[in-house]
Amino acid sequence: MARITASVYCSHVPAIGAAIDLGKTEEPYWKPLFAGFDFSKKWIKEHLPDVILLVYNDHANAFSLDIVPTFAIGTAAEFQVADEGWGPRPVPNVIGHPDLASHIAQSVIQDDFDLTIVNKMEVDHGLTVPLNLMFGSPGAWPCRVIPFPVNVVLYPVPSGRRCLALGHALRKAITSYDEPLKVQVWGTGGMSHQLQGPRAGLINKKWDNEFLDRLIADPEAQAAVPHIEYVREAGSEGIELVMWLIARGAMSDKPPKVVHRFYHVPGSNTAIGNLILENQT
Amino acid sequence: MALDKPYKDVPGTTIFDADQARKGYWLNQFCMSLMKAENRERFKADQRAYLDEWPMTEEQKQAVMAVDLNRCIQLGGNIYFLSKLGATHGKSFQQMAGSMTGMTEQEYRDLMIQGGRSVEGNRRIGEDGDAQAQHQPQGAAGKKARG
Repeated sequence: MARITASVYCSHVPAIGAAIDLGKTEEPYWKPLFAGFDFSKKWIKEHLPDVILLVYNDHANAFSLDIVPTFAIGTAAEFQVADEGWGPRPVPNVIGHPDLASHIAQSVIQDDFDLTIVNKMEVDHGLTVPLNLMFGSPGAWPCRVIPFPVNVVLYPVPSGRRCLALGHALRKAITSYDEPLKVQVWGTGGMSHQLQGPRAGLINKKWDNEFLDRLIADPEAQAAVPHIEYVREAGSEGIELVMWLIARGAMSDKPPKVVHRFYHVPGSNTAIGNLILENQT
Repeated sequence: MALDKPYKDVPGTTIFDADQARKGYWLNQFCMSLMKAENRERFKADQRAYLDEWPMTEEQKQAVMAVDLNRCIQLGGNIYFLSKLGATHGKSFQQMAGSMTGMTEQEYRDLMIQGGRSVEGNRRIGEDGDAQAQHQPQGAAGKKARG
């Protein structure tokens, strides 16, 4: 049977992608940020999964305002990289796992989570930047990736409670897959940031760190926090953090092993977080 | 019964809900069209003509031509759609976000390097933080405007 070995949490700022693409990672502004991922890169080499279920949000690239699915799963064999307006990022296409993705869709939908099934979709920085931060810039991504976009752009977005429960349903789905695959579930986005209006540039280190504490030790408590608190405390785009609860919910009920925790301000407009939790056997 | 919108009292912030999305549908769809390089070129060559192909309001078109992102957002735009407009003009997210504060690019960059904007005084309308209406525009422009 497939098993979930770990979950990874990671911010996904487009400027990080640009810094990588333009060779700026050693510049003083970016160096401390990328240094925070040195351990993560080493760790993932030693703990390479077969498949990553990558929870992220599309930033008006795959989905226009015509159709905005709350939860979707990419079931394609391959996903191309979107042109977000600056030209497509020079990163490899993402190779999916259609069979596992379809299995997950069938299981999770029968568990009352009405996923939208997406057979053709481009992926944006929300998905590719975390891959770069964890894997660097290889010629091909070293494992399969199932994109799992969540709407956090058009309000209302799904509640923390719903996200955590979806994580539980994903755990059940993945661990009932017959092939003995090692699977990681990643939650991306955040941390505190606001990209609009006179309040742009908001950062809340205290709130972000309390979020990390609760995500690790008491995800149920974090799941009870309403949207408005994310907006007020962590900025209008900080709401992306609800997606981390999906990955957390996919972990076992036993307390996880915290193997890495990193926090840095700023990455462009954003507080950058990276957390790695291993399932205890 | 009207639904509760508790996010209306956050200063300097417009939450992109279904009402805003309806208002900004064509504005945002126009932005999506800029995901194609040939459309970006066509738009840059003649902005007015390109915009006139879209059933947007005149106000929305004026805001787009002025690259007034605050105004675009009031008129139903969302930053992730508007970022295509910014990208077409060669702007980064940081330049776009900073432009909405009234600060210069350098002032906003410095604010972020110093740890970002504090939440203190910026949680609710009526407090006295730097994102409140009475403190706009921010940075040197604001100091000059307010003497």
